[in-house]
Amino acid sequence: MFTQRHLLGIESLSQQDITEILDLAEHYAQHNLKQNKHLDVLAGLTQINMFFENSTRTQASFEIAGKRLGADVMNMSMQASSIKKGETLIDTALTLNAMHPDLLVVRHPHSGAVKLLAEKVNCAVMNAGDGRHEHPTQALLDALTIRRSKGRLHRLIIAICGDIAHSRVARSNMFLLGKMENRVRLVGPKTLMPAGVDKLGVEVTDNMAEGLKDADVVMMLRLQKERMDGAFIPSEREYYHRWGLDEAKLANAKPDAIVMHPGPMNRGVEIDGILADDINRSVIQEQVEMGVAVRMAVMELLARNLRKSKEEGASC
Amino acid sequence: MLTLTNARIIDPEAGTEKLRSVVIKDGRIDQILANEIKTFPAGKVIDCGGKCLAPGIVDIGVKIGEPGERHKESFRTAGLAAAAGGVTTMVTRPDTTPAIDTPEILDFFRRRAADEVAVNVLPMAALTKGRGGKEMAEIGFLQDAGAVAFSDADRPIENAKTLQRILTYANASGALVIGHVQEPVLSKGAAVTSGAFATKQGLPAVSPMAERIQLERDLALVEMTGAKYHADQITCASALTVLERAKKAGLNVTAGVSIHHLTLNEFDVEDYRTFFKVKPPLRAEDDRLAVVHAVANGLIDIISSMHTPQDEESKRLPYEEAASGAVGLQTMLPALMQLVHGGHMDLPTLFRAISLNPAKLLGLEAGRMAEGAPADLILFDPDAPFVMDRFELLSKSKNAPFDGRRMQGKVLKTFVAGAQVF
Repeated sequence: MFTQRHLLGIESLSQQDITEILDLAEHYAQHNLKQNKHLDVLAGLTQINMFFENSTRTQASFEIAGKRLGADVMNMSMQASSIKKGETLIDTALTLNAMHPDLLVVRHPHSGAVKLLAEKVNCAVMNAGDGRHEHPTQALLDALTIRRSKGRLHRLIIAICGDIAHSRVARSNMFLLGKMENRVRLVGPKTLMPAGVDKLGVEVTDNMAEGLKDADVVMMLRLQKERMDGAFIPSEREYYHRWGLDEAKLANAKPDAIVMHPGPMNRGVEIDGILADDINRSVIQEQVEMGVAVRMAVMELLARNLRKSKEEGASC
Repeated sequence: MLTLTNARIIDPEAGTEKLRSVVIKDGRIDQILANEIKTFPAGKVIDCGGKCLAPGIVDIGVKIGEPGERHKESFRTAGLAAAAGGVTTMVTRPDTTPAIDTPEILDFFRRRAADEVAVNVLPMAALTKGRGGKEMAEIGFLQDAGAVAFSDADRPIENAKTLQRILTYANASGALVIGHVQEPVLSKGAAVTSGAFATKQGLPAVSPMAERIQLERDLALVEMTGAKYHADQITCASALTVLERAKKAGLNVTAGVSIHHLTLNEFDVEDYRTFFKVKPPLRAEDDRLAVVHAVANGLIDIISSMHTPQDEESKRLPYEEAASGAVGLQTMLPALMQLVHGGHMDLPTLFRAISLNPAKLLGLEAGRMAEGAPADLILFDPDAPFVMDRFELLSKSKNAPFDGRRMQGKVLKTFVAGAQVF
């Protein structure tokens, strides 16, 4: 049973934890198709979304998830506020803590920052992405998408392609898919491959044909604009030529391989636009849909653990 | 007159440990007597009970918060920590605010030190104005004002031509230059050493090769100019081969390492523990062992605490944003005893690296266990076990990575010029 107080990363989860979260998320995925989506699972609880880094999509997904479960949701854009005034992360955490939130959703540009904050507050903390470290709900929603499409989440060949070095999505996915006993391949230019990653139980290649060979899942990553010109790769067009996903490269994968992307996409850089929209191959829209379901599931489980710890605290 | 009897004398020069009595007169070691002799000159007699008596530690690279950061460390607290840690000479860093780059600031610094500190304080001065790496500081005036060495602390001089000229000028003035050998562009923003661990943590990382590159460059310039040069911290195996080559070629070069790089490795950072964030970042275990070996065989000359006080606010931050450095004045001896107890080196070898060699490098009489040498001595129990509690440290800042660790080795008494300061 998933007993953790926070969801800080995939690394600390067990196979059973992951399956429990995904099973509940599957239930919510069905539920989200109903016309009346409102539930009272989190009624009376306060959820604060703190984003120290810009995000429209992820923040919206967490907000919808919380609202559907009946929580009172508040968004704080932290770039504009206190950190500019020199307040430290710990002070911000203590200030918020005094307002008694129940769920804190945090995104921060520095690795480990969400964990640091979680140590200082009394509520449950969900990591919505910390630096290059982890983005656990993204990996969980990817896993649910794969499971729905492939009917299983083990013994699959999964190629994660592109800018691995700067990607927390790649790290969380690598941990999750490894834990569930899949073959994970990392594919991308050597300049975007982090040092020593081959020691973490994955196969590494810079050749797309080799990396995609017989893959069941092809997961593309976003290439940040600022990394395109000269510093890590010579140019956008050379990147697209060698590592951008198109029909020809995808032909190396299994005929029924699915194409994934965490969004937002750079069409014509890491992925061919037509391929991204091909409903027979691309599950990119479903990933977004599963995002809400997965976040609802995690919130429900964290709220359950939070209640339990409070009851135990009250009884002793 | 003071006599310390029945002491296990650690003599780094001779490489021996022997039971002896030491007679101290006028601040100096007057006589060293065989243990059988039981009649001592008049004055106080202390029975050391067979515990170790060694030359006091000469610690090159101590950061004191004055001027500018007294909330982190003052002369008073640093002096107390040094005395309690067995450091009889603190060779201080110029990376203060403002930097110690003029004779006027140096004069202020020395007066504060003389007023507040019982152990010896020898200041280093900045190599360039404001440690900016561009214009040479007044090396001559600063030498006259008492600067024993010149360093921009943790900032390498980026421009090779600037460093070439500084080394040439310093050489003509007989000044010792201390360099920080981390290639600045490669190491910019890096918080940990690159590798599988850094990748897993998602932290910006630097390869240890950045150290070798900068050392190669600095040593090439030393070869050009003939200057006297000390590399502050050598922390990886690949830099050791470069160092060895330079020494074999007869360059006037020495090298140091910090207690942290000798006793901790990259995995200690686990869970983003910022107290383990130091500069350069902690290395892989293979590199740590290589550096320990280099100290044992004398390739690395000097061990420093690299005492860098940081307050809680500077450390309780996300890892990338947190300040670097750890306090070390008081943890130095117990941390290093780990290497002795682990069989990596004996006590005379250790004291060669923490007392004799640093004293020699700076031309001091200290660091020796010989008649006529200054009576800067420490009495310590190499075996006494304890659990390190950072809040018991006397430094104003408590950023010690060894907090909670089981350690061995306690300083019992510290003498400076024959006077007991701890």
